Amino acid sequence: MDDTSLGLWGVPLAMLAGAIRVSTPFIFVSVGECLTERSGRINLGLEGTLVMGAMSGYGVALASGSPWLGVLVAGGVGLLFGALHAAICQLPRVNDIATGIGMMLFGTGLAFFLGKPYIQPKAPNLGAIDLGWWSSIPQVRQALQVNYLFVIGVVLAFAMAWALKNTRWGLIVRLAGESVDAALAIGASVARTRLIATSIGGAFAGVGGAFLSLYYPGSWNEGLSSGQGLMAVALVIFARWDPVRCLWASLLFGAAGAISPALQSVGVTQGYYLFSAAPYVLTLALMIATCSPERSLRGAPGELGAVR
Amino acid sequence: MGSTLERVAVPALALLASAVLFGLLLAFYAHVDPLEAYGLMYQGAFGSWFSWQNTLTRAAPLILTALCTALPARLGLVIIGNEGALVVGGVAAAAAGVAVSSAPPLVVQLVMALAGMAVGGLWIAFAGALRQWRGVNETISSLLLTYIAIALMNHFVEGPLRDPASLNKPSTYPIGDANMIGTIPGTDVHWGLVFGIVACLVVWLFQRFTTFGFAMQVIGGNPKTARMMGLDVGRYVLLACGAGGAAAGLAGMVEVAAIQGRANASLAVGYGYTGILVSFLARHNPVAIVPVAILLGGIGASGGLLQRRLDLPDAAVVVVQGILFVAILASETLYGRLWKPKEAA
Repeated sequence: MDDTSLGLWGVPLAMLAGAIRVSTPFIFVSVGECLTERSGRINLGLEGTLVMGAMSGYGVALASGSPWLGVLVAGGVGLLFGALHAAICQLPRVNDIATGIGMMLFGTGLAFFLGKPYIQPKAPNLGAIDLGWWSSIPQVRQALQVNYLFVIGVVLAFAMAWALKNTRWGLIVRLAGESVDAALAIGASVARTRLIATSIGGAFAGVGGAFLSLYYPGSWNEGLSSGQGLMAVALVIFARWDPVRCLWASLLFGAAGAISPALQSVGVTQGYYLFSAAPYVLTLALMIATCSPERSLRGAPGELGAVR
Repeated sequence: MGSTLERVAVPALALLASAVLFGLLLAFYAHVDPLEAYGLMYQGAFGSWFSWQNTLTRAAPLILTALCTALPARLGLVIIGNEGALVVGGVAAAAAGVAVSSAPPLVVQLVMALAGMAVGGLWIAFAGALRQWRGVNETISSLLLTYIAIALMNHFVEGPLRDPASLNKPSTYPIGDANMIGTIPGTDVHWGLVFGIVACLVVWLFQRFTTFGFAMQVIGGNPKTARMMGLDVGRYVLLACGAGGAAAGLAGMVEVAAIQGRANASLAVGYGYTGILVSFLARHNPVAIVPVAILLGGIGASGGLLQRRLDLPDAAVVVVQGILFVAILASETLYGRLWKPKEAA
């Protein structure tokens, strides 16, 4: 069977495949950022963390031969970047949005600087679970190649939603985000809570980056990320700070990102670049539709400056 | 308000700290003597007349794109869509230039500048309008608009505006050699530098000596007070964003009309992103933007030399910029803390 035999059905199928494949970094970054923002801090620098995670994960996987060690290290590097961001933002009078932009520049620059030697060699790939064994159509089989990280990301989204709602730790994070006074009243340290929440958010973004370099597209180069880290931050706002909604939104974005290659694969090449802007246009449109100037957004953490 | 000494000492400290940090990275990771690297950077940026011209040529778009962040910042907005405004401005300028290319050069240049400024201005004003009337975070929307701008540019230079003769690097039709804006007499630096400096001066005078500028300061200080005073905040947001975007659009026009001669992917090489950094380093002060842009233009200009002589990756320049950016932002916390204020006797 060749590509054309599915006809136009190839487009929705490729979009489904894209939703699963392309969405994974979105899931990790947005669920992590969701936690960070729930604690009352915004980290715009996750784009830089993502690229650092992609680079370090690739480098370690290359050196050790184990892609999973790469994922682990990428998470660790992300943790450090998150902690650095949190530490700087904790200083009085330092603007967290501007610092995020700085960290974005620093992270991508450092990743390109340190990652120069990894552009040529090929690191081992993370494996995938074959869920399409029942089908004889190669496109379906390909679409249902599900990476382990996708599954982990889905589980994490639900686990995060549960933990935020039901655990003592989740309560403290929410308090730090909703009202510093209330958090202080129960004796929780706002600074420490935000440090931990931002670090974990960074670690998630690092893992999301490792997915990019170790599975799909599965190589390291300077054009690897096209703003996924940033879109994921916008996505959290659209998802109203709910990890599970972050998951659905990520899937939607993955599908939007797959439109352009999917159309190309069935022979529609006109407007390739216009369709490639689809995820950004979608993000912007959703933000326009869901934001409102009169009231702060439903579900928005009270201490979060960026949405006021 | 901090003392003048403080305003020099704090950024100087941040600069020193960044130099040390980058030096450590060079020494321990790249095994390069930091002092040698800094010496080379100085040479590549300001060491000769040739490097000065290179530096100034790079400073021109930085000055203009920095205004795109600095003007809205006066109102308390953080706009980072500079690169997008530059790109759409450049494409619009090229399209307009090609359309009227048979007119006298001065007319062509004027039409190009107006087209670039109009489209760049509308691009950023859109982000400002979304902020004002829909409450959409302007930082994120302006950056998303940048990605959309780059996609649009690719669409136009690969499709409707493509010159079939441009094979390897899809581009628009050339605007024609006669229509290029020349260089400042006696130098290789194009007129864009003058545009930038004049724009900064105009903005500074405006902010300093007009009620309009004062109103912007009031809005930036406290939007609620401004509203109570009866200021039409939305109008100021649109104008500040529009003017900032127009400056970045003009940067795009200058890149097309002074360097490339046509619009192509070379427009999106990061001048917009560095412009954000310039604006923050200059603390959004239009007069300070000029020297800061020259400094960062110099760092950019020295990248090639670092690459050739020390075999450093070209991203070294971005690392320096990133460290500098974070250090400067972190140093904000030092204001008012270096010296204890004098006790009132």
